[in-house]
Amino acid sequence: MTHLIGELSAVLATALFIFALYWMNDPKTARRGVIAGVTGMAVAVGATWIQPEILHHGWIVLAIFAGFAVGVPLSRVPLTAVPQRTALSHAFGGLAAGLVGTAEFFLWLGEPGTAAVQLTPFRMSALVAEVILGFLTFTGSLMAAGKLQEVRWIPQRPVTYPGQNVVNIGVLAIAVGLGVALVLNPGAPWSGQAFIAIAALALTFGVLLIIPIGGADMPTVISILNAYAGLAAVAMGFVLDNKLLVTAGALDGSSGLILSIIMCRAMNRSFTNVLFGAFGKAQPAIAAGEQKAWKQETVEGAYQLLEQARTVVIIPGYGMAVAQAQHKVRELYDALTKRGVIVKFAIHPVAGRMPGHMNVLLAEANIPYSALVEMDEINPEMPQTDVALVLGANDVVNPAARYAKSTPIYGMPIIDADKAKTVIAVKRSKNPGFAGIDNELYVQDNTWMLFGDAKAVLSDLVKQFGGGGIH
Amino acid sequence: MSSSDFGSMLFVFVLATFIGLGVIRRVSRLLYTPLMSLTNAISAIAVVGSIVVTGADHPLTIRILGAVALFASMTNIVSGFMITDRMLKMFKKQ
Repeated sequence: MTHLIGELSAVLATALFIFALYWMNDPKTARRGVIAGVTGMAVAVGATWIQPEILHHGWIVLAIFAGFAVGVPLSRVPLTAVPQRTALSHAFGGLAAGLVGTAEFFLWLGEPGTAAVQLTPFRMSALVAEVILGFLTFTGSLMAAGKLQEVRWIPQRPVTYPGQNVVNIGVLAIAVGLGVALVLNPGAPWSGQAFIAIAALALTFGVLLIIPIGGADMPTVISILNAYAGLAAVAMGFVLDNKLLVTAGALDGSSGLILSIIMCRAMNRSFTNVLFGAFGKAQPAIAAGEQKAWKQETVEGAYQLLEQARTVVIIPGYGMAVAQAQHKVRELYDALTKRGVIVKFAIHPVAGRMPGHMNVLLAEANIPYSALVEMDEINPEMPQTDVALVLGANDVVNPAARYAKSTPIYGMPIIDADKAKTVIAVKRSKNPGFAGIDNELYVQDNTWMLFGDAKAVLSDLVKQFGGGGIH
Repeated sequence: MSSSDFGSMLFVFVLATFIGLGVIRRVSRLLYTPLMSLTNAISAIAVVGSIVVTGADHPLTIRILGAVALFASMTNIVSGFMITDRMLKMFKKQ
């Protein structure tokens, strides 16, 4: 009876999870998705817990309480820290898969006479895959979270050395080789040690995979780790003979895969290039031929340009979020729309530090999502735009991406800010962006620069609008 | 636990992946960040595996591994669903 309940609830949970993702196709229905997801999870957990083989409840209750104690504070982090939290949750997902795999292996190995029966080649292959994927996701995601959080002892800049790819692939190859040996001889006297060695190599590989990657590639890295975490759950499902795990893991894995592909396209990187970890190398800055001069504008001047505009497109970058300027952006948005100016936000797919990050940051400041427009949709409108206001974005508006083959950003799709009638760029300093290349948008004839902290500049700009209403 | 064959598990995996690709492709581009935290919480269904390892009559070390895994999955479930809802609440049309 309980077994039947288990099977039926697995089907129900699967259906609820699919609906949860389906409802994410529109912000209007998306919150329903959370309810469906929570319900599916509760059904699955309840049905598992009542199974007759569960005899000890104390530790389960304790672990669930501990999960709440850590999970609730983790869900209240500032939205700029959501990428770190996401990376951390991939780490937890990988850890859970790795530990369950390890536990199952030693369980089957420890029971005399059953190793050869229980550890079939199929199950052993799945175990090896689960442990490798789980543990590499664990350390890799911890490294990614550390880089995003800017933890002091984790280098932010890519760490590269000669023969790095050979070392990385070598470590993974040894782990896989040991795995193959285990599949062929699951009951061998050395199998316990071999299994521990595989786990250790996978943990090492996760670290090695992430150290050559720089901050600008984090949206891609997080998506790939998401796919790995999903695949680790799938492998766990194969090991435990649990179809619900396979389905949920496959949903997670395919989401990670799609987001990875989108992020790769948005940065003009090939998928294979990313999979081998050979990405994110900062190329040396190239010297620009002749240095054209910036034209600096005052806040008053910028105010006049904006006031006379009919259409304004704001292009936010992560610099805006770092300066905590979202709420000032909202005030500017209000001041402009009140005067009948049409204001839109142009969102580059890699704006922010994870897929979709910029949308969340702007939504937090109560900017309606109908004003958030994707790059592909806004670009045809750019030539008719009166003012493009660039806020802390740099590489995603650099026209050099269209033709300068020697730059690392060549071929990356950009927001056509340079095609607007007038460009106002707010920039903290005169340093180049992450890619280390000069941005010729800033020296165009129709570009005006506003140097300073985005929040301070916007705050002054909004004051101008306030004053302008009285005169 | 009855042992289903490799073929039927693979079958489920392939079908689920196709459904996943189909559904995720339609997800609003505005919602990629909440999507990731939602799928993360969903894949923490690994919790069912941890419950079995922790709660069954196994040697102590095995159950400790299970309990740590259970804690990790539970953290993902709680923080994943809660932060997804927190973010989705912020998306307003007007």
